[in-house]
Amino acid sequence: MAELTSLTLKAALDGLSSKSFSSVELTRAHIEAVEAARALNAFVVETPDRALDMAKASDERRARGEAGRLDGAPLGIKDLFCTEGVESTAASKILKGFKPTYESTVTANLWRDGAVMLGKLNMDEFAMGSSNETSAWGPVANPWRTEGGNANLTPGGSSGGSAAAVAAELCLGATATDTGGSIRQPAAFTGTVGIKPTYGRCSRWGVVAFASSLDQAGPMARTVEDAAILLHSMAGHDPKDSTSLPIETPDFASFCGKSVKGLRVGIPKEYRVDGMPAEIEKLWEQGIAWLKEAGCEIVEVSLPHTKYALPAYYIIAPAEASSNLARYDGMRYGLRAEGANLTETYENTRAEGFGAEVKRRILIGTYVLSAGYYDAYYLKALKVRRRIADDFDQAWEKVDALLTPTAPSAAFALGQKSDDPVAMYLNDIFTVTVNLAGLPGMSVPAGVDASGLPLGLQLIGKALDEGTLFSLGSAIEKAADFKAKPKKWW
Amino acid sequence: MAIDAATVRKVARLARIAEPEDRLEPLAKELSGILNWIEQLAEVDTDGVEPMTTSVETTLPMREDVVTDGGDPAKVLANAPKSAKNFFVVPKVVE
Repeated sequence: MAELTSLTLKAALDGLSSKSFSSVELTRAHIEAVEAARALNAFVVETPDRALDMAKASDERRARGEAGRLDGAPLGIKDLFCTEGVESTAASKILKGFKPTYESTVTANLWRDGAVMLGKLNMDEFAMGSSNETSAWGPVANPWRTEGGNANLTPGGSSGGSAAAVAAELCLGATATDTGGSIRQPAAFTGTVGIKPTYGRCSRWGVVAFASSLDQAGPMARTVEDAAILLHSMAGHDPKDSTSLPIETPDFASFCGKSVKGLRVGIPKEYRVDGMPAEIEKLWEQGIAWLKEAGCEIVEVSLPHTKYALPAYYIIAPAEASSNLARYDGMRYGLRAEGANLTETYENTRAEGFGAEVKRRILIGTYVLSAGYYDAYYLKALKVRRRIADDFDQAWEKVDALLTPTAPSAAFALGQKSDDPVAMYLNDIFTVTVNLAGLPGMSVPAGVDASGLPLGLQLIGKALDEGTLFSLGSAIEKAADFKAKPKKWW
Repeated sequence: MAIDAATVRKVARLARIAEPEDRLEPLAKELSGILNWIEQLAEVDTDGVEPMTTSVETTLPMREDVVTDGGDPAKVLANAPKSAKNFFVVPKVVE
């Protein structure tokens, strides 16, 4: 039943509720799709038995009239989320075989609402990467290829498995996380929708930590409305995460399709960077025209510290990572590589367990936090971070949201940028500001480039104003009428 | 600021990551490249700017000082590389 996998999440939930099909049927169709798509390397763990058990339980709940908001919908879970009894490795060798004895709050929220887990999705190791190539389990292949081409492209990163699985119709939606662009850039590279909500919307409890002041979970889906439905379930206050906001979660889907007439949308002039491909510039202009036609007022704004966001991020994120990843010492869980004494055991364990990019970031983080450099690097970066957040605050005096490209290019070939760390970091040039300021950001597919690859536009909102993003996002979605799908080669 | 091999050795030691001698030079080059790119932050005037440590400007919540979890050593030890009699087994720490 291939057609069941082509449904949107919304249509699938409607079909389940009208009893057009059962969750077992829907889930079985997705399990078959997952098994047929191993060439993509999107899943690192498949849980078909658990999925069918969950689907059966869902059908029974529905028969009793107790169906939840997501009841019976098969989803993929990024491997950064701890799932009880199911291997959770953050795509790192150091966590090989780790089976959490607890469930992350975000995934527990999804199961509470009846969702079905298909398995765990590949990603960059510890979410450190923009191409999925740092995964210890090998890169994910983007379901999209250039027209007539047969080279494997990156699905983006770090949530590359989530993006590929959603684009290839292996699941109705997926969880993802975003520390510097890890939801939005893969969404742009795969023609999917991804939203990083306001910092504090989703609990970080049970999500393997990378940079705690920046990490935030969010959904990836094939439509703006589907993303809204998923975020509604994922979000919510959690006493186990002290940075989780004690506020009500709005019904995000109710904002989809709402009129955007009269909304003021800012165009930050600093996002017109040198060397940006003409096609991305054109797409941005097209997005502006769409929103104008929908009744928005377009306002040019300035975010003068934009160019300093990435360098500040590459101090703050590695600094937090070096501290967070200190826990992988080979004593309580994960890999242990014995040495002659305790220190050597630590050193061998971490040398063997971590990949090159993770080591690089731990070393940078350790360096910028070390005696003599703390003020010059770390403190300086925190001050620049404040400047970046102030830029946004000033923009909000004039506008309700911002429109920018999501990424400076379309998906590139695997291997193309893996030798040059700084070139790879520049992928996040448009997305990373949002993490530093804690704001919500969404990527919406808006068109394809000359070689047929998808491109995305990013909407940035005020803190806690995801609603406006869902309204603007669905306006762009409607105008773009993005129907292109990757041609099945896997 | 350029990082030399000796600095990499020191930082790797602090980070408890064994780096073989022949990796120190290449790593010094890589890390220097990244840090040189980061140097542009010096251009930003940050006089009198408060460092921003979080985007959530709330005070940490207090809770009742009561036990909410625990009492399950099997769960705690479930993923241990080595354990015995409800303890983690670690290399000898005291000589």
